[in-house]
Amino acid sequence: MKQDQKALGRESWRVFFAGVGGQGTLLASRVLGEAALLVGVHVVVSEIHGMAQRGGVVESAVLLGKIESPTISDGEADVLLGFEPLETLRAVRKCNEESLVISNTSPLVPFTIASSSSSNYPDIEEMMSMVARRVGRLITLDALELARNAGSELTANMVLLGALLRHGDLPFDRQAIERVLTMKTKKSFLEMNLKAFELGFQQQ
Amino acid sequence: MHELLRGEPGSKALLLGNEAIVRGALEAGVGFATTYPGTPSSEIGDNFYRIAQETDLYFEYSVNEKVALEVAAAAAVSGVRAICSMKHVGLNVAADALMTLAYVGVKAGMVVVSADDPSLHSSQNEQDNRYYARLSGLPMLEPANAAEALEMTRSAFSLSENQRIPVLLRTTTRVNHSRSVVELGVFSAGHYRGRFDKDPFNLVVIPMVGRKLHLELLRKQKELQEIADASPFNVSSGQGSWGIITSGVSANYVRDAIRDLGISREVRLLKLGMTHPLPANLLANFLQGLERVLVVEELEPFLEEQVKALAQEKGLTCVIRGKGEDLLPRSFEFDPLQVRLAIARFFGLNYEHAGSAAGAELPPRPPNLCAGCPHRATYYAVKQVVGESAIFPTDIGCYTLGILPPLQAADFLLCMGSGVSSAGGFSQVQNQPVVAFIGDSTFFHSGITGLINGVQNNHNFTLVILDNGTTAMTGHQPHPGVELTPRGRQAPRVSIEAVVRGCGVEEVITVRPQQLKKTIAALDSIVKKEGVKVVISKAPCPLFERRITGKKQQIVFEVTEECDNCRRCLDELGCPAFACECDASGRVKITIDEVLCNGCAVCSQICHAVKPRKKSN
Repeated sequence: MKQDQKALGRESWRVFFAGVGGQGTLLASRVLGEAALLVGVHVVVSEIHGMAQRGGVVESAVLLGKIESPTISDGEADVLLGFEPLETLRAVRKCNEESLVISNTSPLVPFTIASSSSSNYPDIEEMMSMVARRVGRLITLDALELARNAGSELTANMVLLGALLRHGDLPFDRQAIERVLTMKTKKSFLEMNLKAFELGFQQQ
Repeated sequence: MHELLRGEPGSKALLLGNEAIVRGALEAGVGFATTYPGTPSSEIGDNFYRIAQETDLYFEYSVNEKVALEVAAAAAVSGVRAICSMKHVGLNVAADALMTLAYVGVKAGMVVVSADDPSLHSSQNEQDNRYYARLSGLPMLEPANAAEALEMTRSAFSLSENQRIPVLLRTTTRVNHSRSVVELGVFSAGHYRGRFDKDPFNLVVIPMVGRKLHLELLRKQKELQEIADASPFNVSSGQGSWGIITSGVSANYVRDAIRDLGISREVRLLKLGMTHPLPANLLANFLQGLERVLVVEELEPFLEEQVKALAQEKGLTCVIRGKGEDLLPRSFEFDPLQVRLAIARFFGLNYEHAGSAAGAELPPRPPNLCAGCPHRATYYAVKQVVGESAIFPTDIGCYTLGILPPLQAADFLLCMGSGVSSAGGFSQVQNQPVVAFIGDSTFFHSGITGLINGVQNNHNFTLVILDNGTTAMTGHQPHPGVELTPRGRQAPRVSIEAVVRGCGVEEVITVRPQQLKKTIAALDSIVKKEGVKVVISKAPCPLFERRITGKKQQIVFEVTEECDNCRRCLDELGCPAFACECDASGRVKITIDEVLCNGCAVCSQICHAVKPRKKSN
């Protein structure tokens, strides 16, 4: 019933994922897409595979409901899921004053900054307050720390997915994601992924 | 069993456009698949590669796109359904064969996939390959999403077989790399063995045959135009006096815009899936009674110009627009807002966009050679020997990232293989030393001919072949020189060193780039010699090696107290595992990230303060 009411209230959900190569953004967006397929919500998932094998910016988009376009224009994301604070701020152009932003706060310092003694990684709190000023609502969490608690830093993407399901007002609930994880994840990683997802989901 | 072999007919799956193409081909009973990897087409080959391990399908990573097309063509003229996939610039390489294959035709269905890349997400240009359909006379299908990619691939085989002509399936990045829900169909039995019937006066294009076949191709064009007019992939919908014509991925943006703007009652939409030959009768009917028509297509005005010409021929006076400063651009991919705004502007609608939460000026995060990439060591060594003044022609692959500081070892690039050929040209017109770079896969793809040319014409350059044992950039596909395979280490099918010597190069040295001193000495001994010299710099891609061997890393490196902040590690080597921090007292400290360090030991050879230690877990 809850799902039906949501579906009546809205026709479409545009979720933008921004992160760094190696963080599992593409897997997270695919899991979200598979969950939509499972519950019969129309879905398009768009991924861009960049030039580098590691360390470049990775962006993907999950579009749910009555949408056919595979991309999200600037200012039109309903939700931005930021896997890295600097990339959250970079991707905030996709948002508007009503968007929800969920962002990881643990940084991955770009080499251009790491190698320079004169430039610094921007202050994380300051970046997050810049985001908060520009959007409707901002939720921050240390996904890396929570992922470590779940058993591996590699599950930070599942932590963020958990937080998205808690706050994203999406047209399906967490069970859909858990079923996808159960169907698609290697057995040896399943428990850890589910735990990471749960830890993310618990975040207020 | 492979995922794409498993899905039950009638069930739904969330497939990548590239996976949908593979599934469509399997449903059509494809028996033969070839490719040369290139983003955004790579997953097509990668899936066929795995499927071929489980079925009788023949698959190969060919040495380049021209070869891939010619190999597949032989299967198709022998009665085996064949598919050949490549990225857009790959079709330039294959174009020589493609033009004449259009004359010669096929016996079993053959599909040629061209994956175009509007916005150059991972390419050197954004050419619009729809013009290849006009140039060659081949029929062309343009899917808008994964579901259509599946259906169109499947039906392209029948179209090809019925008309005895290859079909061009033209996609763009957002079709190749988007997932959407597809309905799976039924597999039909494939033929894996064919029969070649000799017919030289139709299959060997001496001039008298070519003349006849050209007329035959023109005859087929007429039939194909009728097929396009009736194609279920060309769909007109709606009513009203406004018209929109669109194809491919743009159709999604248009349909969303019509709904968002609430103009479905005013607009007639023609969504074209088969765009060559132009469905002229269908279009002429569509244009009847329309006042204003907008053509929405990414990149070139391919449809727009043909539609305008058609309207002139039919004496229709409606306004037809598409590209233009106030409407749609000729560069880069579209996005939903841009299309919505163009439609609103063209039809005079009141529409205002709410605006974006624009970001701030932020430090960039450019793509980079991975930590421990052996190419970095090679670039470092070359720079130690020839300095900054040498000219560095480069080529297409991970190593193109050598363009970035601090390595800055890339001065000129056109396409696959151009590094070698252009090095010869540079050496003839100026006096700086020329050191060219090319990867192993690219060397086989199109470096060999340039090398032979250099030898024949007495050019004067050093070619460094960066041999990391795989095609790394597109996802670790094999090539003829590969030694490391999932089944263990094997002798390469083709030895790069033997090829180089066979091309007539006398000065050939193979080095291990991570042995810096030896590499520098070898380079030093060779670069000043006259003529064409080759250095094969051989070390596996660490990501690939680790994946294949499962070898655990024992050693990492750390910066010890001996560090005097000379910064050579950062300013000359630039490995991304290094970082530079300022502590509270303003003291600079250089560190190595243990997670990123892959233990290659190159930094410890340029700095006494870097020492190995055991990895902590």
